[in-house]
Amino acid sequence: MISVKKYSNIAKYQSLIALFIMCLILALMTENFMTTDNFWNVMRQISVNVCISVGMTLVILTAGIDLSVGSILALCGAITAGLLKHGIAIPSANLFIGFTVFGVIIAGLLAGGALGFVNGYAVTKFKVPPFVATLAMLTMARGFTMLWTKGHPITGLGDSFGFLGTGWFLGIPMPVWISGIIVFVAVILTSKTRFGRYVYAIGGNENAARLSGIPINKIKIWVYALAGILAAAGGLLVTARLDSAQPNAGISYELDAIAAVVIGGTSLSGGRGTIMGTVLGAMIIGVLNNGLVLLDVSPFWQQVIKGMVILLAVIIDKTNSKSE
Amino acid sequence: MQVLLEAQHITKKFSGVTALSEVSMRIEKGKVIALIGENGAGKSTLLKIMSGIYTDYEGAILFKGKKVIFSTPKDAQDHGISIIHQELNLIPYLTVSQNVFLGRELINKLGFLDHEKMNKKTSELMERLQMEVDPLAMVNSLKVGQQQVVEIAKAILTESEVLFMDEPTSAIGESEVEVLFQIIDQLRSEGKSIVYISHKLDELFAIAGDFIVLRDGKAVGKGEMSKITRDELIGMMAGREIKVTKKSDKKRPDKQLLQVTNLTLKNQENPQRLILKDISFDLNNGEVLGIYGLMGAGRTELCESLFGLHRRSLTGSIVLDGVESHFNSPTEAIESGMALVPEDRKLDGIVPGMSVAENISITVLDKVLRFGLLNKKKESKLYDKYVESLKIKVNSERQLIKTLSGGNQQKVVLAKWIERGPKVLMLDEPTRGIDINAKNEIYELITKLASSGISVLVVSSEIPEILAISDRILVMAEGQITAEFGSEEATEKNIMNACIPEYVNK
Repeated sequence: MISVKKYSNIAKYQSLIALFIMCLILALMTENFMTTDNFWNVMRQISVNVCISVGMTLVILTAGIDLSVGSILALCGAITAGLLKHGIAIPSANLFIGFTVFGVIIAGLLAGGALGFVNGYAVTKFKVPPFVATLAMLTMARGFTMLWTKGHPITGLGDSFGFLGTGWFLGIPMPVWISGIIVFVAVILTSKTRFGRYVYAIGGNENAARLSGIPINKIKIWVYALAGILAAAGGLLVTARLDSAQPNAGISYELDAIAAVVIGGTSLSGGRGTIMGTVLGAMIIGVLNNGLVLLDVSPFWQQVIKGMVILLAVIIDKTNSKSE
Repeated sequence: MQVLLEAQHITKKFSGVTALSEVSMRIEKGKVIALIGENGAGKSTLLKIMSGIYTDYEGAILFKGKKVIFSTPKDAQDHGISIIHQELNLIPYLTVSQNVFLGRELINKLGFLDHEKMNKKTSELMERLQMEVDPLAMVNSLKVGQQQVVEIAKAILTESEVLFMDEPTSAIGESEVEVLFQIIDQLRSEGKSIVYISHKLDELFAIAGDFIVLRDGKAVGKGEMSKITRDELIGMMAGREIKVTKKSDKKRPDKQLLQVTNLTLKNQENPQRLILKDISFDLNNGEVLGIYGLMGAGRTELCESLFGLHRRSLTGSIVLDGVESHFNSPTEAIESGMALVPEDRKLDGIVPGMSVAENISITVLDKVLRFGLLNKKKESKLYDKYVESLKIKVNSERQLIKTLSGGNQQKVVLAKWIERGPKVLMLDEPTRGIDINAKNEIYELITKLASSGISVLVVSSEIPEILAISDRILVMAEGQITAEFGSEEATEKNIMNACIPEYVNK
């Protein structure tokens, strides 16, 4: 009895242990890993993936998937940049609307929420499988990004917007602040609110949840909308950091997000997993990326190794949950 | 007469509960045997043992006089024993021929599938069964009756000598029944044996030569169909002693709470077929209304309809507490004071990966909020309250509900509804798969809830259970209410008589 309990405790912290071991190895093998500069560098790099992965975790907890986050990130980044730079001009009505930095941030996030809402609406009202609905959105949002940007980056966004991506506050980079706050709110949301409990219940047994009176469609639509908003937040960070909205930003980011969620121990069949697990997953991927660069591993091998880590993480997770 | 398959003194227990005890049965070559019994009498268990699905049992199975142990259904099939299940096991998007040859595909010299030969053979089979079905037709485009013939063709192809048919007419029309009977006749004349399971006694008299009646897992009657009457058969099926003490008759409370008028539910795919037909009844405050019916009588669908699950295909009126109520979803139904403990606990009742405490609080999360956030202390209090009052056996509130026994899981499901404080509590097979002690506790609880003013609607396929807890009993068959009994006039035989499907036509 005791040994079983001990074992499951180890299983619970396995990603933390894995992360610790990775850091230890890198600290011993490279000179630059254990420096403050590199630490904040890694943290800043993973902050975008953390934003997206938190939304992805919510979606996957309901037994769904969201493939469109990378495209939503690009589109919302472009919308934000475009509005900031050019505003909305309607010459025929002799109308021009300019935006403040705060205004474009809200507009960008709302756009992400709206795109996510469309995903959720298709999934719940038209019963489109999440894989298909969000695959369609992936393509559409990328297309809109190209239309909006005419295929060219939108650059020169000004220092006050750039502060979001490059600035520091109280010795911590802004992207880390933002992703940290998102994580904090998401942890509360999933573990302390009715909404969060419903998300787990829907993923755990949708039938039982429905028969218990949980408004399945409403909750799911909100989950996809939140995933959209968080992807947009990632888009703001990327755009601010580069001082430029790239039309092909965020390509394949959905895969990194899914990887983070899965490495973090969230079950793809829904109902099981935590936000903190996902954050650890994102950190493992981030440290791995950073470490492989520092170790001068060729980019081709980097991909092979990353894939192997994902596979290994899921295999370990499966064997653990079987032995429960 | 040669005996093809024989069961000798078969006993089977499920975690301590005896499902079959000392049942023997002989299946002779070229005979049709009717296997008869109430729901839960042990028919399917016997069938599953004789066809290799259950492998651990006491007693022996003899095939052509030799003792055999079927390790898998495939093993039994190789011996020539096939089952045609109630729910058909065909693959909808494959053709008839592909289904017939599934797992036994013919290949040509090059190692590729020999479609031509398979299609030809399928045509021949269909001809033999006097069915005009194109071997290249998709199975999902066929009528249910035709699909059944495809199943039979599959069985014939494997050279089956014994065919078990489990409720084969439950989903097909009258003309198709006749075709099926012709086929059965033909198979019999070819020397094959058929074990026919059905609730429809008229059918059994039409085609079966012998019968065996199971009751509570025991064989209580065997013989030839020609030497027994319908009434005698019903007597054998029903003659069960009541084990639960009947509660004292109390005055029927007089405040009407729920009134259902002409409730009709159409089958969504086939609007001609009615799942519920003109159901009308009322339910008073603090009353326990029992609904008895055999499988497929529409009992579960009735509960679901009252719970807002079939809004689109439902007509008729539901008046709850004086308000005309058409619920679009369970959420709405629950807000108006309805509650449903569903039939399939694992599939619909619990969230298996969540803890016991979380499964209790799921319907009343606003009660465990503090400053808008879930409060563990309040949730624990709720958990403590029900673990104590319902005597739920559980180690800790964090224990996952899936690790509890069936009875304790059911108590958790009940707890979440009791805390919600419903006006009408519907219980669909509340004691299925639950041991006798927990059963009695649940009966007590139902009585207690009713006396506190909640109206309870209990669906059950166990007559003693219905008799023990109900103030009034409705019997359903084929989507209709066929009889209503007060608690004094209800007997097992009365109820049994009313639930046999052909009662409807009389």
